[in-house]
Amino acid sequence: MNIFVLMKRTFDTEEKISIVNGKINEEGAEFIINPYDEYAIEEAIQVRDKHGGEVTVVTVGSEEAEKELRTALAMGCDKAVLINIDDDVEEQDQYTTAKVLAEYLKDKNPDLILAGNVAIDGGSGQVGPRVAELLGIPYVTTITKLDIADGGNVTVVRDVEGDEEIIETSLPLLVTAQQGLNEPRYPSLPGIMKAKKKPLDELELDDLDLDEEDVEAKTKTIEVFLPPKREAGKILQGEITDQVKELVQLLRSEAKVV
Amino acid sequence: MARKVLTLAEVRDGSLRNVSFEAIAAAKTIAEGGEVVSVLVGDQVQAHANELIFRGADRVVVVEHPNLKFYTSDGYSQALKAVIDKEQPEGIVFGHTALGKDLSPKLAIKLDAGLVSDVIAVEEAGGNIVFTRPIYSGKAFEKKIVTNGIIFATVRPNNIAPLERDESRSGSVEALAVEIKDLRAIVKEVVRKTAEGVDLTEAKVIVAGGRGVKSAEGFKPLQELAEVLGGAVGASRGACDAGYCDYSLQIGQTGKVVTPDLYIACGISGAIQHLAGMSNSKVIVAINKDPEANIFKVADYGIVGDLFEVVPLLTEEFKKLKVHS
Repeated sequence: MNIFVLMKRTFDTEEKISIVNGKINEEGAEFIINPYDEYAIEEAIQVRDKHGGEVTVVTVGSEEAEKELRTALAMGCDKAVLINIDDDVEEQDQYTTAKVLAEYLKDKNPDLILAGNVAIDGGSGQVGPRVAELLGIPYVTTITKLDIADGGNVTVVRDVEGDEEIIETSLPLLVTAQQGLNEPRYPSLPGIMKAKKKPLDELELDDLDLDEEDVEAKTKTIEVFLPPKREAGKILQGEITDQVKELVQLLRSEAKVV
Repeated sequence: MARKVLTLAEVRDGSLRNVSFEAIAAAKTIAEGGEVVSVLVGDQVQAHANELIFRGADRVVVVEHPNLKFYTSDGYSQALKAVIDKEQPEGIVFGHTALGKDLSPKLAIKLDAGLVSDVIAVEEAGGNIVFTRPIYSGKAFEKKIVTNGIIFATVRPNNIAPLERDESRSGSVEALAVEIKDLRAIVKEVVRKTAEGVDLTEAKVIVAGGRGVKSAEGFKPLQELAEVLGGAVGASRGACDAGYCDYSLQIGQTGKVVTPDLYIACGISGAIQHLAGMSNSKVIVAINKDPEANIFKVADYGIVGDLFEVVPLLTEEFKKLKVHS
């Protein structure tokens, strides 16, 4: 089976966030594989181990993303592709990323494409479905279970705001991973050693037969700002029963939420 | 500049979701005096059309088909694309719900359009429609504009105030016949795991439990409090990992992001992971035995105490309030 994983290198949002010159300060910050993409990578490896084939992990990003691609290879992916468009395209959005990925994938005959359902930095969750639509294949988002029968019929369990949908579909297919799909493995030491020798190709816009105008962003960020700092509030004092009475009063008359 | 703007209305459990009304309010801002047309898609949903008019839509287009009984991206995109081709809108607003998140990118590709997802505010400023949306798990925000093509956005539930309901409003309701076919993914079954009633992302009040709740049984008093307040129950990752409750209740960086009017955190330490999912709530109450717990740093009101003592007392106190009012 020809399996692809769409991966994003993200800022670890558990880090402290600050803004310098109107942009999120990335200096010294920790970068990780987007946590939802880790589920996608794990599932891809499991599907390959069961059905055979090859897993290629693909990312659109800067050369720093090589580190995360190597981690994916160490987990067990077979090949990695870094599509670096930073020098070619100034304004990028989800439209850009999806166009680039779909252009790369269109002659690769993928049977299965996996991605995270959302990236924790940008948080838009658009790229997976956009890529599927550009490739003309069906997709199912926020999946928690994937069963592929011989012959290409697929049963998927999808999380829909806490409820589950059981969906029947078929390959070729794109799915996006939700928490609960699996427990992503840590790279093993032999895995890390092997990863160093696995192929990691780097492509640019030219290699994909795309011009800057083909992938020009449709949206633009005009400002980035931090939320007003939440001041620590009032810790109530006294007997618990009195505190409870006071709290209800405060919620009613001061905060006006009940 | 007046624009025609479409909104997608969503029906869940036989009634319109609130986010449908919030989408209309956002559409009004984008329309700048132009027409707002709400689209109702499903199997036998026409009865909801008038309510959308009362909530601010100028017109409603209804697409009904047996193949639209369950949401599928293929079926719904065929319905929406037909409406869009006919109406030629300059703006589109969906709710940022499971459905909206799944459908909007596909439609954006069909329209060769950009898309601003998960919007919490929309305004006209300097000749642009400016959207505000959270990034980095809610730890920062960005303002975004559409630079090319149709203005397409999804709005996060509970953030944009709906317009006042006005029963004197009237508008036309039109049915559009669309052939819905070739569905490549079929919904075989829907397994209901959430409790009947209030959806977490749309709840005005959330009572959430953490490791301090200690067991599945320990969620009972939280449920009772939520019930009195007409709210929903949520949980921290710690509580889910410990098996006290289903992951569908998880609030946090992985999990749901919520912005209720009132968030009552019970036995939750306040890990950064959890704060990412709830720190933009309007009012936060923390109940925790540990006075040093991180959650107190973001809480508006805190009670240092045992949740099993405090929560039932709170429930009683709110019950009294209800009787009085």
